[in-house]
Amino acid sequence: MLDLPWDFTAIPRFFPGFYAAALLTIQITFFGILVGLVLGLVTGLMRLSTNKLINTPAKAYIWVIRGTPLLLQLMIIYYGLIDLVSVDRMPAAIIGLGVHNGAYIAEIFRGAIQSVERGQREAAMSLGMTQAQAMRRIILPQAFKRSVPPLGNQFIIALKDSSLASAIAVRELLLRARQMGSSTLMMLEMLMIVGIYYLMMTTVLTLLVGRLEKRLQVSDYRE
Amino acid sequence: MIKIRGLHKWFGDLHVLNNIDMDVKEREVVVVIGASGSGKSTLLRCINFLEYAQKGQIFIDGVEANAKTRQLHKIRADVGMVFQHFNLFPHRTVMGNVIEGLTQVKKIPYKEALQQGEDLLKKVGLSDKADVYPAMISGGQKQRVAIARALAMKPKIMLFDEPTSALDPELVGEVLQVMKNLALEGMTMMVVSHEMGFAREVGDRMIYMDEGCIVEEGIPEELYKNPQHERTKTFLRQIL
Repeated sequence: MLDLPWDFTAIPRFFPGFYAAALLTIQITFFGILVGLVLGLVTGLMRLSTNKLINTPAKAYIWVIRGTPLLLQLMIIYYGLIDLVSVDRMPAAIIGLGVHNGAYIAEIFRGAIQSVERGQREAAMSLGMTQAQAMRRIILPQAFKRSVPPLGNQFIIALKDSSLASAIAVRELLLRARQMGSSTLMMLEMLMIVGIYYLMMTTVLTLLVGRLEKRLQVSDYRE
Repeated sequence: MIKIRGLHKWFGDLHVLNNIDMDVKEREVVVVIGASGSGKSTLLRCINFLEYAQKGQIFIDGVEANAKTRQLHKIRADVGMVFQHFNLFPHRTVMGNVIEGLTQVKKIPYKEALQQGEDLLKKVGLSDKADVYPAMISGGQKQRVAIARALAMKPKIMLFDEPTSALDPELVGEVLQVMKNLALEGMTMMVVSHEMGFAREVGDRMIYMDEGCIVEEGIPEELYKNPQHERTKTFLRQIL
């Protein structure tokens, strides 16, 4: 019998002890994505504007956020801005994740909007719709549908990236694992528990996105 | 109904419309022919302000409009447009397509719009397709829905941009029939099409365009049998 230095029976034993941390991970991710979606939609639309005053800030935001690490962004918000405003760690994590994802989601929306055929806008305009009406009624619904697969991908990335909040002392899954690992001296076991949690959550998220995709396909079905 | 004076349009260095003067009278059916790249589609798109001409004047029902006109969308609502590739809204049912303009632009209550929609679908012979999505119907049916959608706005003029050229040959007839009915009802129409049968049957006037200019115009039958210009002759020989 191989004598391993690990006690894997600890996994089921300690598993329930991570519920609260998992809940925090879900909260950071959920609200982070929500902030990201709002920022992404606004930025994506601004980016498409032909007005330089509107599209330049959007471009700058995407450039800066995509070009720097999320870990650095979190630290700047939490440790760096402390002289100016004191942000609690949870809001800091949510804002950080949201602002970060907003840049990526903006690009997803922009691509999806641009992929809607020009004729759609022309048909809407020829009916007498305003630009805004054409965007809201005709282009965005089609663009949203097309952005679901890449958004699903981005949501999974966001869920996993929420582990970086451990660096600003949010006691989400990863930080909890490290703390438990130190106190029980069973680091690998605790990390594996967290791995199972992440895998479960990303699996559920994947299934949800898949179902949403299916539901949105209704108008594509042929008899 | 439509008055165009000295219209010029450039795409970069390309002079696509070169000093176009033309009129379309009320209840008139004008058929525009010409090789691809002759500017005929661009002319239609300029009349609906999907493209902006750089020079010249366009009057619609006596009112001049151009790129700077405020509330241009209100003018567009009076000019119906049917596209070569239908451009139906894929996320709306057939009925949804037809009533979109009624509920959104004309702000007609949903129930009333539905009633008008039913009448319009009956007119184009598609009452049974009201609840299906555009992906489920044939090209000919799609184009008939597109015509119903444009008619819903009760436009003063209908523009058709090669309405049958993306269709399989056996589906062309049903679309032309709907257009013929419209012409007989007295709709003012401007049709870019090489369907000679249609032009001779219901067209009041035919215009031949080449390199952005109107080369020749006349009664379809005469222009067809007895073209005056060498370019018109060559072109007609090619398409027949």
